[in-house]
Amino acid sequence: MHLPPFETLIDAHATELHRFLVGCVGPTEAEDCLQETFMSALRAYPRLSHAGNLRAWLYTIAQRKATDAIRRMARRPTRDLDGVDPAARPTPEPIDDGLWRQVRALPAKQRTAVTHRFVLDLAYAEIGARMGTSEEAARQSVSAGLKRLRREVAP
Amino acid sequence: MTDDLERRLGQPPASTLDMIALRAALARRAANDGLLDVAYSTYESPLGPLTLAVTPRGLVRVSYAHEAVVEQLDEIAARISPRILHAPARTDGVRRQLDAYFGGTRQDFDVPIDWRLVRGFAGDVLRATARIPFGAVSSYREVATEAGSPNAYRAAGNALGSNPVPIVVPCHRVLHAGGGLGGYTGGLDRKRFLLRLEGVLPA
Repeated sequence: MHLPPFETLIDAHATELHRFLVGCVGPTEAEDCLQETFMSALRAYPRLSHAGNLRAWLYTIAQRKATDAIRRMARRPTRDLDGVDPAARPTPEPIDDGLWRQVRALPAKQRTAVTHRFVLDLAYAEIGARMGTSEEAARQSVSAGLKRLRREVAP
Repeated sequence: MTDDLERRLGQPPASTLDMIALRAALARRAANDGLLDVAYSTYESPLGPLTLAVTPRGLVRVSYAHEAVVEQLDEIAARISPRILHAPARTDGVRRQLDAYFGGTRQDFDVPIDWRLVRGFAGDVLRATARIPFGAVSSYREVATEAGSPNAYRAAGNALGSNPVPIVVPCHRVLHAGGGLGGYTGGLDRKRFLLRLEGVLPA
């Protein structure tokens, strides 16, 4: 069993993982989540039993980190969802943050599926592969997420 | 069928990722947590770019084959650990010594060597080679003798040809007994350059 140098995982996946995490948790938390994702991955890496789908493995970790971050943010109600210091924002205010806050409030599976679908523009089969589930289950998670969002963001 | 919600979801929050900052943060944290098994960087030498790789035990690889860095790192991943990060700060010790060596102010390297890419007799040959001083030369038969097998000079040649830490372990100081240059892992032009730098060949 041969694992590629960890650096190649950063090269291949950091940019897209970051976009995924920005969708999941917003730009400020995304940088932390990305670092935490790679640190957890690096820690576990030599013990991986197969190098089959490293991408899916990274997304599983990223999804967990996003869920942790969302829980943390929920425990800090006084803190703005995207961080305390407006001057430290790495990017301009997202155009539709209200909607993305609702996405962050979705159950983890739905949030991950919706983010894969709309931020990364993936086919359901690919979303299923990254989430370690079937194409159909991925489609259902996206659909359930959309249904819930329609209910909650309805004018 | 795309409705308004889906259209709005298709415009996710914008952001850019600073890859340099990410790499630096990961390298620093990995080192602090004892997870940086192999750190590598590129060093611009007068002989062209070198890939340097260090582990907590010492210098494990100096490679002329800069264009084949992926293959080099793959081999290290398989034989030592796949926890490999681009982390130039971790290679500063050897970089400074290489600067001084090429600048003519240092004759001996005193960085620890991680010998894990070398096995058996090859290790004995390379350790014998590491004792040849700056400005001196030896022969394949002499290093084979030093390594304990006077007749294994061909095997000694092979060991030198696959030296994972050239320059620092000075396999360029081993020549044919008859005075011929022999071979070199980085090509004979580089061997000549190093021997001129050390005053063995006329400048």
